[in-house]
Amino acid sequence: MKSFEFANPQSESEALELMNENPEQTVVLAGGTDLISLMQADIIRPDRVVDIKNIDSMHDVQEADGGLMVGALNTLEDVLDNSRFADYASVVQAADAVHAIQIQSSGTIAGDLCHLPNCWYYRNGYGLLALDNGTSLPEAGDGRYHAIFGNSGPAKFVSASRFAPALIAWGAKVRIIGPGPDEAEMLPLEYFYTTPRTQRQGTTVLKPGQIVSHIWLPKPGGAVSGNYDVLQLEGLDWPLASAAATLTISGGRVSEARIVMGHVAPTPWVSHDAATALLGKTITEQTAQAAGDAAVSRATPLKDNGYKVQIARAAVKRAILRAAGLCEGGL
Amino acid sequence: MKDRQHAGGNTTVSRRAFLQGSGAAMAATAIATGANEAVAEAEKPSRLRSAGPQKVVLTVNGKQHTLMLEPRVTLLEALRNDLNLTGAKEVGNVSNDGADTVIIDGKPVFASTRLAIEVEGKNITTVEGLSEGKNVDEVITAFVKHDATQCGYCTPGFVVAVRAFLNKNPGANLEQIRKGLGGNICRCGTYAGVTDAAVELCKQGGA
Repeated sequence: MKSFEFANPQSESEALELMNENPEQTVVLAGGTDLISLMQADIIRPDRVVDIKNIDSMHDVQEADGGLMVGALNTLEDVLDNSRFADYASVVQAADAVHAIQIQSSGTIAGDLCHLPNCWYYRNGYGLLALDNGTSLPEAGDGRYHAIFGNSGPAKFVSASRFAPALIAWGAKVRIIGPGPDEAEMLPLEYFYTTPRTQRQGTTVLKPGQIVSHIWLPKPGGAVSGNYDVLQLEGLDWPLASAAATLTISGGRVSEARIVMGHVAPTPWVSHDAATALLGKTITEQTAQAAGDAAVSRATPLKDNGYKVQIARAAVKRAILRAAGLCEGGL
Repeated sequence: MKDRQHAGGNTTVSRRAFLQGSGAAMAATAIATGANEAVAEAEKPSRLRSAGPQKVVLTVNGKQHTLMLEPRVTLLEALRNDLNLTGAKEVGNVSNDGADTVIIDGKPVFASTRLAIEVEGKNITTVEGLSEGKNVDEVITAFVKHDATQCGYCTPGFVVAVRAFLNKNPGANLEQIRKGLGGNICRCGTYAGVTDAAVELCKQGGA
């Protein structure tokens, strides 16, 4: 690991000040479950690390603006233990599917949203686009875990976030602060993610010197939700695909639906096709299956990952059934 | 890392005093001269620490240790290389294998994904802290009884993880145990022994 300065701010403004002396060479440290590994592998080589864990305002969970304002530093364990999340079943289920108490107690909700891809080419120093002399390694080499959507450009990795599908399906927003000391904006989480087209671009809209300080969830308003991760291993593992559904059901029929898939594209993947397939329907095995079919109807798998189409289809179906209380979640 | 050194025992330098400035020399000056300006300077909290070796005080298994560490030193490296506490294990570049599990302020943590400098002032428990003389943690006794080790490399991390898990989930069932301990990997496959040990302890109310 390259040497670096270490900063330990106690407030958001202090953090921004410490971030913005040399923002391009500064990184934010929260739970460390991703960043420390990337620094040890020399993939990320900052001159300064700003540890934000001691900023009290970013640990809160408060009612705000007709919803719930969740501090970025809430851990997966906090999400599981805090009854304020009980109405957001899909968010709790996403935390529960991370099978390790060590990650649950260290990993933070915003750290998860900003988690860098697990693409093995990226993790071995080939950059987000995984190019070797112009050749796309996931296409020419082994792309079994790579994207089946949004992969027509050079980026073939999949978004790593476990929470993003559920949060986007709920219409969550992120509060981004910086780079200026008084700058803050609320952005729908759906628009937080970007697909890089060059090696210099990243996976989110965050600019150097900016931090995600909070996540805002709208009031549940009677909507129901479910999240389904298809895991290859029983232990700590990344999903092959996941899906989240948030549904409003009135008179036994779906009046509003939001379906988002995870780990299938360089960003969380909103499926309007699946949502449309559900509108006006009663949730049954058949209608959930039809929504799953619709969700993957436009998939474009690579040579090694055609199997992920069926996995994503099943994830969508089960997330919908889980939201409707018709599936407990076990495979 | 030749320039690193460590000194055991309690420190007489206050946390704030050495947090200020870039390390030992400045902190020592502030204490030694007692000059008003130095005291005033020390009152202003410094949030930025240099990249170089500096005093880091770790509280491990109830004892304070003053080390000279760079910020880039992980807690696992400090425990193993500077404190000779080699129970927590390193597994190559794989940082999520569980063999490095320690307990920090009651929470189970992979020590290789924490910087030592991050955990100053926190109570760190390693596997060595779970047995003192004849006072052996019941998790260790249960591991022996259920033959929960083979090569033993993952065992210290497993023991610490089970201790942390039981503290929070004293009445857990097998399914919950397997899920909670999913971050600990055993190449020999001693999972059955580990879960037998944990299930028995849960039946006794977490011991």
